[in-house]
Amino acid sequence: MGYIIDGFIQAILLILSLNPEIVDIASLSLKVSGASTLLASAIGIPLGTFITLNDFPFKRLSKNVIYTLMGLPPVVAGLFVFLMVSRAGPLGTYGLLFTPTAMVIAQVLLILPIITGFTITATRAVDRSIIDTAVSLGAGQFHTALIVLNEARQALLVAVLAGFGRAVAEVGAVMIVGGDIRWSTRVLTTSIVLETRKAEYSMAIALGIILLTLSFTINMALNLIQGERK
Amino acid sequence: MIVIKGLTRSMGGKAILRDIDLEVRDGEVMALVGPSGAGKTTLLRIINMLDRQYEGNVTIDGIDAGASNNMDLRRSMAMVFQKPVVFSMSVYDNVAYGLRLRKVPRAEIDRSVKDVLSLLDMAGRENEYARHLSGGEAQRIAFARAYVLKPKLLLLDEPTANLDRNNVAIIEKAVKNINERYGTTVVIVTHSLHQARRLAGRAAFMMDGELIEAGDTHEVFESPSDARTRAFVSGDMVF
Repeated sequence: MGYIIDGFIQAILLILSLNPEIVDIASLSLKVSGASTLLASAIGIPLGTFITLNDFPFKRLSKNVIYTLMGLPPVVAGLFVFLMVSRAGPLGTYGLLFTPTAMVIAQVLLILPIITGFTITATRAVDRSIIDTAVSLGAGQFHTALIVLNEARQALLVAVLAGFGRAVAEVGAVMIVGGDIRWSTRVLTTSIVLETRKAEYSMAIALGIILLTLSFTINMALNLIQGERK
Repeated sequence: MIVIKGLTRSMGGKAILRDIDLEVRDGEVMALVGPSGAGKTTLLRIINMLDRQYEGNVTIDGIDAGASNNMDLRRSMAMVFQKPVVFSMSVYDNVAYGLRLRKVPRAEIDRSVKDVLSLLDMAGRENEYARHLSGGEAQRIAFARAYVLKPKLLLLDEPTANLDRNNVAIIEKAVKNINERYGTTVVIVTHSLHQARRLAGRAAFMMDGELIEAGDTHEVFESPSDARTRAFVSGDMVF
């Protein structure tokens, strides 16, 4: 029990000392997961809205595939991206393996179904009368979609936060495609795994506290912004 | 002018509208009356191009409303629904919505919104969040949002159902105003024969998806030619 308390105390000291390695790791985590969330949102929110508002062949099948992929295991996403970007893979010439770019790609693959799936659910919940009203006032497809997104914005925020949460917390995909290289592709989750294996519990706890604090702060900030807009 | 010929609409094998023939003249107020389930709202949605799954012909100013996705035609009309529908934004943004779609200059939008809010007794409420309004106020905003477009055709689906007398009076005054001031053609679905009398020059009585009779409001209500209309206007029909 003592080593846990001791670990906590040392963790706090490490954070307060702004250890350069910890700052680098936390900053890369934020950059990679932030970029992947932005990219996945930029694709997933319009895609989910399109699926809700339009009828097309295999719509139901498309939704089922997306809902199934929401549970995609990170290691599978990582393996797929690894095969794509490894030297012998179709994208091998770009030299992306073991780079933050590959980590972003893997996380986008992982959270795109989550954001798209949540967007489908959020936009479907918008009352039909809102859509009819917008159309009757002369809104085309684009403006109708904007009205639907505006109505669903609270639920969309949850979609984005769920995506970010999944991205920042996953370890399997970034470990495979990033390689956990110190000062290069090491992020909070991969570091926690590494430090725990090395029995460096204070470092692992410090990284865990930072990970939780980051998630909490971003959640709070987005909720505050949303609250102000209402 | 709206010309409807042989309009039939079925849903799930059941005919909602059956062989409707009706003309709505430019600049008139026409009331569609009849018991619930008569197909009045469906007819309004078809005129508003929200429903295109029908047989027969519906033309508005000579343009086929079913085949055309003509944005100019769509933007020549506006509809207010029975349930007050306001977007999750301010009163100002709600009322300005259609004007912005039409790329009206900002100064003109400001002026138009102010005028219409004043007409609907909502002056000075521009910055309020529309979702926080009462049902009657929300319906006035929904009406203002349609009115401010000064449409050629205004479709009203029981716009005063469940509203108190004050809200009803404000909206009725605005209906008369838009018709007289801008020559807007108005088609209003209403359960209230009093309201139809107050607002409409002509009325059409519908029942079970059929258009039973249409004509001068006074004639349809005072000397109906069909026994079903007689039963409805006399209050003998339970609906």
